[in-house]
Amino acid sequence: MASEAHDLQELRRSASLATKVFVQRDYSDGTLCQFQTKFPLELDSRLERQLFEETVKTLNGFYAEAEKIGGSSYLEGCLACATAYFIFLCMETHYEKVLKKIAKYIQEQNEQVYAPRGLLLTDPVERGMRVIEISIYEDRCSSRSTSSSSSGGGGGR
Amino acid sequence: MSVMVVRKKAMRKWEKLPGRNTFCCDGRIMMARQKGIFYLTLFLILGTCALFFAFECRYLAVQLSPAIPVFAVVLFLFAMAMLLRTSFSDPGVIPRALPDEAAFIEMEIEATNGTVPQGQRPPPRIKNFQINNQIVKLKYCYTCKIFRPPRASHCSICDNCVERFDHHCPWVGNCVGKRNYRYFYLFILSLSLLTIYIFTFNIVYVALKSLKIGFLNTLKETPGTYLSPPHGAYLPFRPLCPVVGLTGFHTFLVALNQTTNEDIKGAWTGKNRVQNPYSHGNIVKNCCEVLCGPLPPSVLDRRGILQQEESSAQGDSSTRGPSTQEPGALEKSSTQEPGAAQVLSAQAVGSTREGSSSPTRQSAVPMLPLSPTGMPEETQPSAVELPAQTRDDGPTEH
Repeated sequence: MASEAHDLQELRRSASLATKVFVQRDYSDGTLCQFQTKFPLELDSRLERQLFEETVKTLNGFYAEAEKIGGSSYLEGCLACATAYFIFLCMETHYEKVLKKIAKYIQEQNEQVYAPRGLLLTDPVERGMRVIEISIYEDRCSSRSTSSSSSGGGGGR
Repeated sequence: MSVMVVRKKAMRKWEKLPGRNTFCCDGRIMMARQKGIFYLTLFLILGTCALFFAFECRYLAVQLSPAIPVFAVVLFLFAMAMLLRTSFSDPGVIPRALPDEAAFIEMEIEATNGTVPQGQRPPPRIKNFQINNQIVKLKYCYTCKIFRPPRASHCSICDNCVERFDHHCPWVGNCVGKRNYRYFYLFILSLSLLTIYIFTFNIVYVALKSLKIGFLNTLKETPGTYLSPPHGAYLPFRPLCPVVGLTGFHTFLVALNQTTNEDIKGAWTGKNRVQNPYSHGNIVKNCCEVLCGPLPPSVLDRRGILQQEESSAQGDSSTRGPSTQEPGALEKSSTQEPGAAQVLSAQAVGSTREGSSSPTRQSAVPMLPLSPTGMPEETQPSAVELPAQTRDDGPTEH
């Protein structure tokens, strides 16, 4: 896990950030955390539509699972209330468990799908659950880099 | 030979968070800036309970049952726990947009509205969404530079957008929003029960004692009851009506899945027969969702380590590239950030992403001079009381 994180760091170091795309929230289902599956045009040349849609739909599925109102969430709520919420000192909430799953999924997607295409997904939880940030990199080391002028900027960005 | 290494304490994100909150215990506790009334609340609860335990309880435990003080203690501890939980937790603050995101949204807005000629007012920044066959308008917050989610509102006292904003409560010293509404409700409920309990047993105590030693002598003996006659109000009775009334009001809101903010603005009543799209139509379901629903964790990440931007001018090879937030991962990966490196060029700027200088509030016109004075529990509007103004961000005027 540490080495894969290190690879993503390498990607950042060797590439320069071209632009960022923000996938906004979709509120048609109320205040549930869902993201729009509309494909951003900036990614047109980089990523296949169905890959993007699959990622967003899976994320939406995770968030729906986290916020699901049902027997288990009520049980958790009632148990927590009965213990004056001290039980959360010992155990994680269901939501937190799902957020960990989401973080793992995003890491996998980055390694398998996005990093090879010079893209990087940022976990929405780091952006206040407002957006899915997708960073688009121009790889200045590779001979395929399209715009050498933009890659002239040194260091990081 | 000793080498002096000055280890600079890593800066945590709460130190650079915009907004008007105060943080304690290295970011674990989050409150509003004005805490005076919160201390008053603590004093009133602790004072009343102390008097009750010190005087009435000893007599009643012997004369009636030892279960009386035991139950009082349990109620008291529960109420205090809920109060502290409400006061110290993140109500559901939405972090402000980072510069990239804000710029992206601005571009989108301009694309939708087109460029506005000089001298003309730009159209209001509103997005429409349809939720459950209702059109819900999302307003743009000029301070946080985001389109506020439905039911979110910007608290002018804390200067933050809060999800499912209910109200800013000076009595608990914090906003009441999505993440701490259930604690707030349980607090006022348990406090009502506690107040009723103490009040009832005070009457029982006075009655029992009066039978033995007479009413006037009883008043002389116990300060708790003694304080009441000059004011014509029994000491525990004073907070009883407002707190019980407030509990009733919030029970009504919970049953309808509404917030105080929506109720005061009349969002779902009156004209156009607009219905609350968030209500399940069933009281039990609404109560279950509000009080027992899933609890989202705080997205503020107050205790994350702030990435120090090292000066890149010296060709420092350890530049971390685009400064994305990775609080969990990089907090542990000390390979990236050896303590000594922090000494060298830890720019106090810290993360520029955080928008460390709090952005000036651009909306000059407060939309509606709504100042629900916090709670119906104030029987007399006191000068100390801070109007719980929810700034509705008058950008519709702009």
